[in-house]
Amino acid sequence: MKIHEYQAKDLFRGYGIPVPPGRMVETPEAARDAAAALGGTVAVKAQVHVGGRGKAGGIKIARTPDEAEAHARAILGMDIKGSTVRKLLIEKGAEIQREAYVGLLVDRGRQSIGFIASAEGGIEIEEVAVKSPDRILRFEAPTLDFPEEAAAKVAGLLFEDEATAPAVLEFMRKLFKLFVDKDASLAEINPLVLTAAGEVIALDGKINFDDNALFRQADVLAMRDMHEESAAEIDAKEKGLSYVDLDGDIGCMVNGAGLAMATMDMIQLFGGRPANFLDVGGSSNPEKVVNAFRLILDKGGIKAILINIFGGITRCDDIARGILTSLERIDVNVPVVCRLTGTNAEEGRALLEGTPLVPAETFSGAVKKAIELAKGVSA
Amino acid sequence: MSILVDESTRLLVQGITGRDGSFHAGQMLEYGTKVVGGVTPGKGGQEVHGIPVFNGVREAVDATGANATVIYVPARFAADAVLEAADAGIGLIVCITEGVPVLDMITVYRKVHERGAQLIGPNCPGAISPGKAKIGIMPGNIHLPGSVGVVSRSGTLTYEIVYALTQRGCGQSTCIGIGGDPIVGTRFRDVLPLFEADPETDAVVLVGEIGGDEEEQTAAFIQEQIRKPVFAYIVGHTAPEGKRMGHAGAIVSGGAGTAESKTQAFEAAGVPVAKTIDELADMVQARKS
Repeated sequence: MKIHEYQAKDLFRGYGIPVPPGRMVETPEAARDAAAALGGTVAVKAQVHVGGRGKAGGIKIARTPDEAEAHARAILGMDIKGSTVRKLLIEKGAEIQREAYVGLLVDRGRQSIGFIASAEGGIEIEEVAVKSPDRILRFEAPTLDFPEEAAAKVAGLLFEDEATAPAVLEFMRKLFKLFVDKDASLAEINPLVLTAAGEVIALDGKINFDDNALFRQADVLAMRDMHEESAAEIDAKEKGLSYVDLDGDIGCMVNGAGLAMATMDMIQLFGGRPANFLDVGGSSNPEKVVNAFRLILDKGGIKAILINIFGGITRCDDIARGILTSLERIDVNVPVVCRLTGTNAEEGRALLEGTPLVPAETFSGAVKKAIELAKGVSA
Repeated sequence: MSILVDESTRLLVQGITGRDGSFHAGQMLEYGTKVVGGVTPGKGGQEVHGIPVFNGVREAVDATGANATVIYVPARFAADAVLEAADAGIGLIVCITEGVPVLDMITVYRKVHERGAQLIGPNCPGAISPGKAKIGIMPGNIHLPGSVGVVSRSGTLTYEIVYALTQRGCGQSTCIGIGGDPIVGTRFRDVLPLFEADPETDAVVLVGEIGGDEEEQTAAFIQEQIRKPVFAYIVGHTAPEGKRMGHAGAIVSGGAGTAESKTQAFEAAGVPVAKTIDELADMVQARKS
């Protein structure tokens, strides 16, 4: 799960991690008031979950409250990579002496929490990795305890000044505690700034959280911004389905995440375009199938639906019953290709006889048929 | 031979009184697995399918001589269940449970290794040596005893692939689902040397997916250390960036972890990568001719 920068900074404050004074606003008038209250130069920053907002014009500097209001008016409502700007962070400008980078992430390959640090701040770390890989420092926490020794070796290198090492070390210690306490999966401070006054502060902040741990992170869950997530994806989650929107016109209903990806891939390989990723999961509840049909069709523009079920725990006859219920309750006005294999497949296929469903024997046969039918509808 | 699971496996089922645990205990028994006990705290003394239930793993091991366990407990208790099994000296721990917090797994991974145990999963279908025994949730009847090792990050996709192999008469020595989470107890790199050393296995099918760089690391490892033929298949070519595709580990981030990157890594290491399941199964079938 992702949160906004202003929410990340609220969390930082709670952990004693220094951030510039700032305020979240939702109107140009409030932006003006915030700028006046903060005093001096402020940054007007779009609050969206997607990256690259600076390049998209979502961050502006204002020297006066008037300018802040004007910038806010321009940025609010702006579309940044599909996200509409609804909130702004008005933040007091910092006197930057130097910029650096600190990131924490779950290191899958080393089964640890990895630290990435660089004296090159304010640009994308991926860019640094390509242009000057020797400028990237890495160390890891193999347990959930802060790796004091490894961090101490790096602390003075970030601003290339040993005098700053204690402040940088303390910053990393607190950020690590937050990461572990809150079940984060990624935390990125870019830039980490050394101010003219010698303070080390987080000028920007990005944190993602582990979805699997949200059950024990009620305060994190409360920060979820539904505007930033696809309504269909949230709806699916509530119904026990795993769904991701794609651009195409062939709706997919599959059991299992891997098989669902394989189905999408094969559709594309054979010249079709998948409309979604949808895993109905291991259960055989017919209601899930009905909900899956609704999700697929609600999107609009669907020209065919492909149901690909490999029965294991999932029983094909249960899926077939779900399909029959769906056909009764929903106006399924596109061709549906259905392939049932595995547990109780014959019973399932027998149940579907006499329905308008197009049966398919094999995985590839089903995919080819769905593509053909999708093209037929468009012609 | 085969690896990790066979006739000598004496299995406990943690969470045996739950819906999934009870159902699959029955399925495993039916397949011929020696299920010797179950564990559910507070339900010791009961029986499920005639199998005795114990309150704790240590007690169950002492009473039954179990050497393996499979875990079906809810996500929030799964990490503790794994550690309890490791502490009781169980050598093979298979965790089926999906949704275990990743930071819990950092702790679990280290402790399990310290105890010298092998953890498969979490969020996995388990392992099966066809005709001998199965630990997990895979449908037994699609498998055929034979000489192809299968290792995969997925569940149903693995069944689909096994089914395609079986249809072509290509039996399997052992099939292992290592799990779809970012941190799992056993990686591709941990399984491949076992297949390499297993005289019954003569080829390996490896099924990867988007997310992380496990496949890239594995490609380099194969080039250096594995002599038996490996055939790969990667899913997630159509996955958009930044979206979690069902599995917690299946996410492309910052342009890394793509299906293309993994495919290229395998091809560069001389491992053929199939575009479809049929092509994969055909490659395996054609390996001896």
